[in-house]
Amino acid sequence: MSQRKVLQGNIIIAKAALAAGCDFFAGYPITPSSEIAQYMSKEMPKMERAFIQMEDEIASLGACIGASLAGKKALTATSGPGFSLMQEHLGMAVMAEVPLVIVNVMRGGPSTGMPTKPSQADMMQARWGTHGDHPIIAVYPAFSDEIFSETVRAFNLSEKYWNPVIILLDEVLAKAHMDVEIPEPGSYEVYWEKTHEISDLNIYDRNIGENPPRIDFFHSYPIHIDSLEHDAHGWPSFDAKTVDKMQRLRMEKIFYNLEDIIKYKEYFLDDAEVLVFSFGISARAALAAVKMAREQGIKAGLFQALTVWPFPRAALQERFKKTKKVLTVELNMGQMKYEIERIAPPDVKKQTLLRANGLPFSPGEVLETIKEFVK
Amino acid sequence: MRDYEKYIRYRTFPTPWCPGCGDGVILKSIAMAFAELKLDPDDIIVIAGIGCSGRMPTYFNTNTLHTTHGRALTFATGIKLAKPEKLVVVVSGDGDATAIGGNHLIHAARRNIGIKMILINNGIYGMTGGQVSPLTPPKFFTETTPYGNIEPHFRIRMLLSAAEASFVARETVNRLAQLKQVIKKSFLHKGFSVVEVMSNCHVNLGRRNKMKSPLVMTEYIKDITMSMADFEKLSPEEQESKYPLGIFVENSQRAEYTDLYYKQIVPAAQQAAAKVEK
Repeated sequence: MSQRKVLQGNIIIAKAALAAGCDFFAGYPITPSSEIAQYMSKEMPKMERAFIQMEDEIASLGACIGASLAGKKALTATSGPGFSLMQEHLGMAVMAEVPLVIVNVMRGGPSTGMPTKPSQADMMQARWGTHGDHPIIAVYPAFSDEIFSETVRAFNLSEKYWNPVIILLDEVLAKAHMDVEIPEPGSYEVYWEKTHEISDLNIYDRNIGENPPRIDFFHSYPIHIDSLEHDAHGWPSFDAKTVDKMQRLRMEKIFYNLEDIIKYKEYFLDDAEVLVFSFGISARAALAAVKMAREQGIKAGLFQALTVWPFPRAALQERFKKTKKVLTVELNMGQMKYEIERIAPPDVKKQTLLRANGLPFSPGEVLETIKEFVK
Repeated sequence: MRDYEKYIRYRTFPTPWCPGCGDGVILKSIAMAFAELKLDPDDIIVIAGIGCSGRMPTYFNTNTLHTTHGRALTFATGIKLAKPEKLVVVVSGDGDATAIGGNHLIHAARRNIGIKMILINNGIYGMTGGQVSPLTPPKFFTETTPYGNIEPHFRIRMLLSAAEASFVARETVNRLAQLKQVIKKSFLHKGFSVVEVMSNCHVNLGRRNKMKSPLVMTEYIKDITMSMADFEKLSPEEQESKYPLGIFVENSQRAEYTDLYYKQIVPAAQQAAAKVEK
């Protein structure tokens, strides 16, 4: 039976991770994400799963990559400054195609910033934080049930596409206690492809667009995994043709599967005059605002991105055929608005509601901006 | 085929190391230790960071992982905790292990997690062209100390002892038999172990310090190293520039980390959970 509970956002993530089969956690304390590590330290040994507190965030993600390559489903959780430190190993996970999940609870930045205040200012860091061209998947739930379901989905996506997946959250959603429905095990999909038989070293050998199989150490045939650019055998290779293929293999496993990866919610958009684009804590204010606008006869709707990377371009462009006004609401000085500007046709009027002072938006503020925009 | 060759992945040869480099000797001595212990290659993983040492895993016919600069121990920690029954070996250079990876080194020692580290000390960043490292001796000339090194070097033996390490040893590339023996011993040790191997980088350190051939440089290593008994006879001033050899710390009493986790923490957590259920 499903259970109704009042839980903190961080704890919902931890519970969902365990439900998704997470059996390895390595982390380093940081506000406002520490409750995830604390919960894991208590629960994981009960299930004979591994928990370790490392010496820093670089080490935490390193340990997760190692554990994942040894057959575990690995999770780490952090916040802005720690996420900055993790960028090095995020790249390593992409390069070696290692499935794992990273939670980044966004707080005020840059630098130490405002540890106890929310922000949505790591949106671009989640996409482009590590050096080099790389594919990435990032999800960002807004409502309590979504925090559970998107966490499970994050694990599934990482296992399916052999890529790190980032769960973005903000300080409000992480710390707030909310009413949540914890679904019954078996009522949601948990993806787990067993490691296939390895008989040669050609572990990366596949066609472009094909999903990679999970490959782990200690499966009867010793393999090599490298942070250097490599060929199908995992050997270091700088041969232009080989590198070109490997780059495309990594990028296109994501871009061939956008339909499976991209998830969003649409509220009142069919006849909308203005589309509000938002995510996370801001989407909650935006949804309330859109409902208030409707009560006042203003045709407003909400596009709430659950998958923020890859960007839900096609779905938005479909809406822009009819809706000619877009309002981006985000808790930063302007980040995802650039994606909107990039994909919205010139005849779509663009407006933003931005702020990065640690105060989340109220529905009233979003409503005022909508009213101003439709005038 | 000699028995240790089963652990060498010849298809990845040639290695990127300069002719005369000590890394080849170390590669061989590790493979010989595997052979003497009759290990299944699939039960071993060799992990390394960045630098000349970083390329070593590729040449072992075991599970191998080439990682990021200084961080090999962090990956090794994840693997050891996930699969405590496997032999987890880390190969690292002096820059890799004690500069960028210094924090991971002291914490692995403190935790006493059963990782076997081979720390190759050639006193220089070789792969990047010969810059000063935390183990470059004072006054030496390098690409980034063109007027001589003004920094003191770490003494691994003392650094790791202070970090609660349970196995610390030092050998040189001149003594293959002893090197293989001490590596084998470290593999049999339960907790974290470090074998520091004094090696020659005649190309990037020797060349700038009047020791441009491997022979001259290995002679130099012979001159500065000695048994602990001989080392203790020296005055403190004389000791400054010398390196004792042998096993300095071997404490089999200290519990290993994954042992503690699975045999102490897991049952404790399960008992606590059972109590709540009652």
